[in-house]
Parts: sequence; C-alpha cells; structure tokens
Amino acid sequence: MRADALWRFPGARSVALAAVAFLYLPIVVLVLLSFSDGDSLAEWSGVSLRWYREVFDNADMQRAIRNSLVVACTATLLATVAATMAALVLARGQFRGKRAMEALLGLPLVVPEIVGGIAILMFFVLVGIRLGIVSIVLAHTVFVTPFAYLPIRARLDGLNPAFAEAAADLYAGPVRAFLRVTLPLIWPGIAAGAMLAFIGSLGDVVVSYFVSGPGATTLPVYIFSMVRMGVTPMVNAVSSLLLFISLALLTVSYLLGRRYASN
Amino acid sequence: MKPALRRAVLLGPATLWIGLFLVLPLTLMAYVSTLERGPSGGVLWDRHSADAYLQFLFERDLMDRLVLNTDYLHIFARSILLAGVTTLLTLAVGFPTALWMAFQSERLRLVLVFVVTVPFWTNILVRNYAWMLILRTGGTLDWLLTALHLPGPPLEILYTPWATGIGLTYSFLPYMILPIFVSLEKIDRRLIEAAYDLGADRWRVLARVILPLTAPGLAGGAILVFIPGLGAFISPELLGGAKSMMIGGLIQQQFGQSRNWPFGAALAFVLLAMVLLALWAHALRYRRERADE
Amino acid sequence: MIRRLILAATTALLLAAPADVQAQSKELLLFNWTNYMPPALLKRFEAETGIKVTLDTYDTNESMLAKLQAGGSGYDLVVPTGPTVKQMIHDGLLLKSDVQSMPNYKNIRAPFDKPEFDPAREYSAPYMWGTTGIAYDTAIAKEKLTDSWKEIFEPRPEFAGKLAMLSDMGEVFAAAAFYLGFDRCTDNPEQGQAILELLQRQKPAVKVYSASGTVDRMASGEVAMHQAWNGAFHRAQAKRATLAYIYPREGTNLWADNFVIPKGARNIDNAKLFINFMLDPKNAGEASNFTGYNNTITGSEALLTDALKADAAVNTPANMMGRLNLSRECPKTNLDLREKVWTRLQR
Repeated sequence: MRADALWRFPGARSVALAAVAFLYLPIVVLVLLSFSDGDSLAEWSGVSLRWYREVFDNADMQRAIRNSLVVACTATLLATVAATMAALVLARGQFRGKRAMEALLGLPLVVPEIVGGIAILMFFVLVGIRLGIVSIVLAHTVFVTPFAYLPIRARLDGLNPAFAEAAADLYAGPVRAFLRVTLPLIWPGIAAGAMLAFIGSLGDVVVSYFVSGPGATTLPVYIFSMVRMGVTPMVNAVSSLLLFISLALLTVSYLLGRRYASN
Repeated sequence: MKPALRRAVLLGPATLWIGLFLVLPLTLMAYVSTLERGPSGGVLWDRHSADAYLQFLFERDLMDRLVLNTDYLHIFARSILLAGVTTLLTLAVGFPTALWMAFQSERLRLVLVFVVTVPFWTNILVRNYAWMLILRTGGTLDWLLTALHLPGPPLEILYTPWATGIGLTYSFLPYMILPIFVSLEKIDRRLIEAAYDLGADRWRVLARVILPLTAPGLAGGAILVFIPGLGAFISPELLGGAKSMMIGGLIQQQFGQSRNWPFGAALAFVLLAMVLLALWAHALRYRRERADE
Repeated sequence: MIRRLILAATTALLLAAPADVQAQSKELLLFNWTNYMPPALLKRFEAETGIKVTLDTYDTNESMLAKLQAGGSGYDLVVPTGPTVKQMIHDGLLLKSDVQSMPNYKNIRAPFDKPEFDPAREYSAPYMWGTTGIAYDTAIAKEKLTDSWKEIFEPRPEFAGKLAMLSDMGEVFAAAAFYLGFDRCTDNPEQGQAILELLQRQKPAVKVYSASGTVDRMASGEVAMHQAWNGAFHRAQAKRATLAYIYPREGTNLWADNFVIPKGARNIDNAKLFINFMLDPKNAGEASNFTGYNNTITGSEALLTDALKADAAVNTPANMMGRLNLSRECPKTNLDLREKVWTRLQR
C-alpha cells in the first residue's frame, strides 16, 4: 500500500523501540530484584518471596498503600469531573475572562510542587484544617486538575462543533445532548486525563510530604522517610506490587474504554 | 439556562477549588516573603522586611555593607540549563517515538499509549532508586557490560550530572510523548496525502506539514517537561549526589534546615515569576504568529 | 489583615469540614523517625494496654517541626532531637509530660536525666542516643588510620572518590569545626571561611552527600568511607565485617532523641503511659536491638544482643566519652553562617 509506506519515517521506529526499552529497564530491574533473597538493595542472591511476605507483615506499609489508593481515587474523580466541566465551557465560544480562567486551570502545572506543597501546608495550619487524608485529597485535587484538563480540552478542540450543535437540535436538554453525543466523543480524552491524574496523585511525594497528617501517610511519603535507617529491599517488593495493581487497574479501564467506544 | 449562568456553574468547581487551595495559599506565601523571619524558624507576622529579596542578590560583608553575591544566581542558572537540556533530550527521543506511534493502526496505537504510560505507575522515588541500582559502580549496567565482555573500567556514572540528566529525562519522557502524540493523531491524513501529491518528499512533508501542525503538542510537551524540571529536587539529590544544588533543593532547604521561611517564599516567587515570564513570551509569540497568517 | 481575609474566605469550607471527632481514649498517634521502633514492641504495648497505636514517620526534625509549628497537628507523641526539644519548649509547642513523676523515671541513666535542653525533664523523656563519626573499610585502607577527622577531610589516596558525607549541613559543619578546633556554633565569618575552604578542598574526593541509605551504601562497598551515625554503622558492619568506626579525637557530636507531647495532643494520658512503657529496661533493650542505637535506661544493658554489647561504636568505651559533645542549639547567627557555607559549597 502506498499510503502505508508514506507514513513511515526512517529512524523513527528504532528511536521508539529504544525509548520503550529505556522506559522499561528500571522497571524490569526493580521487579527482578524484588524477588531476590538478599538483604542488600542491589545484590542478587537466590529467588524468594521473602520481601513480599515482609510487606504483608508490615501493617504500616499496608496502611500507606491503602491511603495512597484512597487519595488517588478520590482526587482523580474530583479532578476529572471538575476538569471535564471546565473544558466543556472553555473549548467553546469566547467570553470575557476566558483567558484568565485558562490561566487559572494551568496554574497548578506552573507552580513547582515544592512551592505549592509548602504554601498549602501553611494555609491549612493557619485556617485550622486538620492534616489528614482530607487535606491530602484537597491538595492533590488541585495539582492533578490540569493533568485531567489538558487531554480533555485537546480532545474537545479537535471535535467539530457541528456535532454538538446537531446534538443540541436532536435532543431536548443539554444534559442529554452531552451524555449521548459529546461524552462518547470525548471519552478517550477523559480516560487519558483521569489516568494522568491518577498517576500524578499516586506518585506524588512532595505535596503529600507536607500536607499528610496522623494516620494519613501515603506510600511515597513512607518510602521517602525510610532514610535514617536505610532502605530495605521491601521497597522493591512494594513498588512491584503497586505496579501489578496499577497494571490490573489500567487493563480494566482500557477494556472498559474499548467497550464504551464500541457501543 | 443562560449561557453566562451555565458557564459559571460548569467552571465553578475547578476554579473555586484552585482559587481556594492554591491561589489563596500562594497569596499567603507572597505575604510571608515580605515578613521578617522568626528567631527560631517561622515568621514574625507583624514585622515586614525586604531582607528576603535582598538576600537573593546581596549579602552583608564584615562592614555590614551590601555586596553582590552570585551564589543563588549560579544555582538558578544551573537549574535552567538542566531543565533546558532535559527538554531537548525528551524532545529528541519523544518526537520520533510519538511520530512512529501515531501512524500505527488504531488498535496498536491504544496498546502503545498503554505501554508508554505503564512505567509511570511506579513511584517517582522508586524509579530514581531503580536508576541508582542500575548506574552505581558494580550495578546492573556494569554487570551487563561485563557479561557482554565489553572492556572498560568500572562505571562512574552515578552521582554525576549525567545521572541527573538520565533521571530527569526518564521521569519526564511521557509528558513529552503524550501531548505530541495527541497532536499528531489529530492531523487530518488528507493534508499529508495532498502534500505528497503535490510532489513533496518525506522530509518536506515532515518539516512543512507535520511539524507545524504538531506545534501545539510540542509546545505543550516542552512546558510539561521544562517547568517541573526547574523545580526538580529528587533526581538531583538521589542521582546527582547532592553535590550541586538546584532551585528545588535550595527552596526546600530554606523551609527545612535553614529555617528561613521568608527567603524560601521569596525564592519560590522568583522562580514562579521566571516561569510566568517564559509562558507569557511563548503566548505572545504564538499570538503574533497567528496574527501573521 | 490578610490573615483575616483568608479566615473569612474559608469559613464556608470550615463549616463544611467534618466536626472534630470526640477524643478517643483508646488511641495513640505516634510520630517517629522511620524504622526507629520495633513493630513487635508496639504490638505488645497494644496488647498490654488496649491502646491502638497509629505510627507515622518523618526523616528530619525540620519536616516534623513544619507540621507542628502552629500546633494542632493532632499527634500525641513525637521524637525530636535535643536542640529541637529546646526550641520547641521555647516556642511553646510542648505540653508538660511530668516524666519525673513516672514510676520508671528512676531508670534513666545519668547524664540523660538532667539534659541541658530540659534540665528538670519536665517536657521530655529520653529514647535513643548516638554519635556521629567516621566509618571506613579496613580492607581498603593501606595502613591503620589515625583517629582524626583529618582522615575524611584530607583523605588518603585510597579513599579519594570513595567517601561519602552526610547531606546534613549541621553535621558537616560541626565535623569541620571540630577538626579545625572551632566552636561548633561559631558565627565568626573568618572561621566560616576556613571551614568552607576545607570543605571545598575535600569536595573532589567526595562521591556523594547523602544522609539516606547509608547502611546499604557502606554494606555494599559502594563507598569505602562514610561520615556516619553509629547505629547505621552497626547495621552495616553486620553485613560487612571489615568496617570500622572512628571516634575522632578532635571531638564529635553526641545526639539524643526524646519523647515529647506536642500541644494539641488529644490522648495525653495514653502518651504518658507509652513514655513510661518505653522507660522500662526490657522495652528499651528491645528497641536498641532493633535500631542499633544505644538507649538511656539502666538495666537494659543485659538484654542487648551480643553484637551490640561487643560493638564499641554503640557501647561507647569510657575512654571515648570525653570526645563526645552533646549537640546543642546554636544561635541564629551560626545558622546563617553555616547555611552560607553550605550553599557556597554546592553552588
């Protein structure tokens, strides 16, 4: 096929494959080492599930994992809904203050995490918001909103506005028009946005480090503070576990997304 | 519903949230940067001072005169350079990767997006630790090179700027790939076919059609990489060996060991101002280009 | 003014926030250094008292302080180092814990019963103490090293490029000050300059500045010399027998961590119960066996593992005691000086 050949750019494939290899090298090393029997973080001495057992025996770590997942899910949900609503308005039409609103939505990206984390901590302490799961969710939602917003907005920008207009003619209310026409069309954007938001929240160290409170340590914060006495290979095991859980979640969301798209 | 009301309802949650939990805290921080630091950390809420901003450029010498101090400028310059290099590296790797991904079949494209995102489901700290394991002397890479019978002295990559560069590039690569990929995917294939039909060769198509149409994605990716790169402090500390300070580490130090909140807040605002200036310049150029068309 | 504005702006939010849960009497919110207390010990406390312990961890005094600065963090018990205790007392962040009236107070070994930062033990009870010294690999050294900071600041060729310093400006500054014979809290700019020059000369030989993962770094042989805490050394030596620990003759840092009850704590009685529990020789010994650091409780000595008993780095011999300088709170002028030195070293 002529078209096929034309879409190919020499070298692109090799770079892409190298990039994928680069992306997976640390993951593979990490997963392999998590099955090591040794005491040292980096050395290999026989296969065992020893460190996984330690994770399951460690109540603090389990609590940290649970906290991380609760925070990430809640923040993702809140941020994705808010971002979708905002994107619907900002992708269409001109109005006064639009530029300012767009800037506001982009602000969390621009503010370095360390600055935001400290500012939010000072603020929470000053107004008397108790540090805990709620405070982490509040802060994470702010920081992951742009991650959710950008792909949704990009998707909306790429849509032909005629669809929405036709939908508005076809269906009675804007809500139904949205559910029947716009939502399916922007679904890939929403899924991508939610995924990015989830990643952002789950991986966040800096903001959580500052705003976590009693009983609300998240996994990254837990790992970050495992320093005075040194990191044990348990970290390898728990990261691999997290990776497996995430992979499972991702696969489910991918399959759901496909079903939604084909409907 | 009136359009204005509808807009307000839809925009409300996101803007209120960010306003309340980011703009307000930042305002508080701006206020803190104008305060005098407390004797043992914290601030004196009712004593104002410009010390924090003066400290950025000047120090007091033995005679209590203000003299220029370039320590902080050095640290800022190094961070900008490092973030710039990281952006270029991710661009060099990310663009071809996205290009290849975008022209695969739809099914494969979905799988590829999945493949590119998976590594980012591991924690950023853990990823940096993993790189430490790989790059350290006697680490995985060393072992691999020896196993392949490649001669050479033991690797000395960890705790050098190279390691920081690898760590940052690794951390931000998907933030470059994904926006470019989204832009590429949106390009109307007929435009490209038309270009070929008009006699353009592959490289002209790339330079004249694909690249300009991907500009928003490239710009988006560059911003997503450059800005967090400026504030990065985990990779420089873990992989760079904390031998050369970056802005992020400097700010953290002010709120941590140095207990100088006003200076930390002032540094944060200098950084924020730089970022906003860059964005504004970018927006201006973008607008002028559009006006020229 | 701004404070009031912020308060006004968030009133709505506060109203929406869940009301404070009534103080639960069977709970203890503990905020401690990471990996600094054996989980089994906490389980036993829970079994004996029926009080559920929730443990959160931190990695520096400062990050803990940032959360407690304005009070009301919700923690019942935290574990700051001596100078930080003093500062917290000064800033009014602590509640009195009446350690003197506890049954197990009598177990506290001198001089830890009357520390400079809290002479009457009104606010704090001791936990672990340790020293900062030089750990090195005897297998790498071509000859026996002297007991001086010189070995790390002006390293022999076999250690150049293979040594690590703690990324803690207080520790690095203090070590350099000890070596040069200055007061560790000096605020004399010329002495600061001399310290800076020493550190700059040393820097090319330094592989990494890091206070994290020190055990693994020493145990794996990634570095051959480390400015190290003695407990970390003890744990590393268990894996690499050729490691040795130096108490530098110019003097070195002795630090002690302490239990304190912050303002805003809601389970004060439980916190006191826990402090008394930890002053019991049996429990203190168990904690030492876990952390690799020494404790301050008479009667715990017999319960230590043989390895700990035999380790001179942890069980400081009497003739080394004179080299230890209890860390103390330095004036702000010193903080500024050491920050300047540290920033210029890394600029």
